[in-house]
Amino acid sequence: MDFELNKTQQLFQQMIREFSEKEVKPLAAEIDEQERFPVETVEKMAKLGILGIPVPVAYGGAGGDNIMYSIAIEELSRVCGTTGVIVSAHTSLCVVPILEFGSEEQRQKYLPKLCRGEWLGAFGLTEPNAGTDASSQQTMAVPDGDEYILNGSKIFITNAGYAQVYIIFAMTDKSVGVKGITAFIVEAGTPGFSVGKKELKLGIRGSATCELIFENCRIPKSNILGKIGGGFSIAMKTLDGGRIGIASQALGIAQGAMDETIKYAKERKQFGKSISAFQNTQFQMAELHTKVEASRLLVRSAALKKDSGQPYSAEAAMAKLFAAETSMEVTTKAVQFHGGYGYTREYPVERMMRDAKITEIYEGTSEVQKMVIAAQIFK
Amino acid sequence: MMKIVVCIKQVPDTNEIKINQVTGTLIREGVPSIMNPDDKGGLEMALSLKDKYNAHVTVITMGPPQADSILREALALGADRAILLTDRKFAGADTLATSHALAGALKRLEWDLILTGRQAIDGDTAQVGPQIAEHLSIPQVTYAEDLTYDGNRVFTVRKQSEEGYQILEVESPALITVLATANKPRYMSVKGIVEAFNKEVEIWGADKIEIDEEKLGLKGSPTKVYKAFTKGLRAAGQLYEVESEEAVGIIISKLKEKFIV
Repeated sequence: MDFELNKTQQLFQQMIREFSEKEVKPLAAEIDEQERFPVETVEKMAKLGILGIPVPVAYGGAGGDNIMYSIAIEELSRVCGTTGVIVSAHTSLCVVPILEFGSEEQRQKYLPKLCRGEWLGAFGLTEPNAGTDASSQQTMAVPDGDEYILNGSKIFITNAGYAQVYIIFAMTDKSVGVKGITAFIVEAGTPGFSVGKKELKLGIRGSATCELIFENCRIPKSNILGKIGGGFSIAMKTLDGGRIGIASQALGIAQGAMDETIKYAKERKQFGKSISAFQNTQFQMAELHTKVEASRLLVRSAALKKDSGQPYSAEAAMAKLFAAETSMEVTTKAVQFHGGYGYTREYPVERMMRDAKITEIYEGTSEVQKMVIAAQIFK
Repeated sequence: MMKIVVCIKQVPDTNEIKINQVTGTLIREGVPSIMNPDDKGGLEMALSLKDKYNAHVTVITMGPPQADSILREALALGADRAILLTDRKFAGADTLATSHALAGALKRLEWDLILTGRQAIDGDTAQVGPQIAEHLSIPQVTYAEDLTYDGNRVFTVRKQSEEGYQILEVESPALITVLATANKPRYMSVKGIVEAFNKEVEIWGADKIEIDEEKLGLKGSPTKVYKAFTKGLRAAGQLYEVESEEAVGIIISKLKEKFIV
């Protein structure tokens, strides 16, 4: 039993923290304000290997582990929630399923370019009528010779438009329900595949969230990920891993709001003393700090389970549930501590509060996490 | 292939040091250790020469076993070889004994260029680099803020000075001390970090280096600390925003008031 990061993880934390402070933080307010995808940051991250952290060197990755990956999302999100989710969606939802479920040919073809950041990745499961009920897929894939013809649409797709590689789920046999869902690797530029309207969002406004449209889009059979009919299982397992990423994002946003509030509480004087000297501040902050630390332990424990090859589905769900709700609570209280200033865009806590909300919703709402956890308890 | 050795030092991050308000002493507990900023500038200079001219870069440090972490950092940044000089016989060294130990190790290595930081943030002496050059009897250029290489044997160095800068040419083998502001150090790559811990950090004791042991550690350190104290705080000065003629008058009257003139 060991709660300390090992030396590799510590050195990595030092690097990613410095990178986040110097390269990511200065852009956070601007990309939020302008709802601009930070292409320049993605290029810098690609150069350093941040887009392929938990991938073996043989496939062009950095050869790191999921703890390091989680630390990366945490530290990036600590200063910019948008940057955190770009890396998380790319890695957890596109790179990892190709690594875990792809054929050797698919791995060789896609992973090196994805890890080097020449290509960015995305994942398309959600549809207008298939949200939490992801099994109700209406996107259809019909075989035709060596190809499948895709028709339908996906919504709320992170990295859409900037990604070159998409993991897309579609019904190949409606008669057998979830066992009729298949996963496909779809490349940008495939005829019949287009990116639809961009969503205007409350938070993570620098990330691209769009609709994907498939109109008689022909995908070669060699681009089926896993087995025909095995898509739903791939989606669920992929989301288990994704939840470690989003839990790390929630944790990072919470830590960022703590950092800002601690600094502000020491500086801000009312009634002749720093507001950090008031017991109300101290007790509330002590509680929030405890919850953030508890989130971190849950997140690291889930990541460690994944690294050691143990089942981690419920652990990832608990980490995401707790970290997301903590993030929402911490950021809301951070705004309150900042008073009127906290409500303005002069201070980053209002952005953090807007960014935190999505962590309770995407890659499984808090309610879905409870379903997953309960299923584990009562199995 | 050009061979470069970079001397680096682990120092407490002085930005993170707080002062105990009661005793006036430095609180060292919990202060993170970092690679000295000027040394990092030297390492970056070596690595950019490696990028352009395919040089081989060795990093060397003298310090306790924990100094391993800055050598791992250097390996993650792109250094090829790392050496840790560590031995009880080195303990208590002042700048002279330190430079003897490092020069003794350098005599066991091959190099065309030795880079060091200008000075360490925990001592600010700027003596170790020049002393090494003297022990090795090679030319030195201090305070480098830029360096170019002709691809053969000549380095052109822009040396910072109080009046401005000088452009100097120096032929290898030479030692150059570098400022942190000479460049923007790169970040470690993720792969570099992972691989840094699979590489070897060579541990060298006093027996591995070419030096008379009398010159090492406390024995070899002529520096005697007479007294260490914290500077007393002074009251804030008075600020006048006035025309220069009036200012002269104020200054003279203040000097007279204090019987200075």
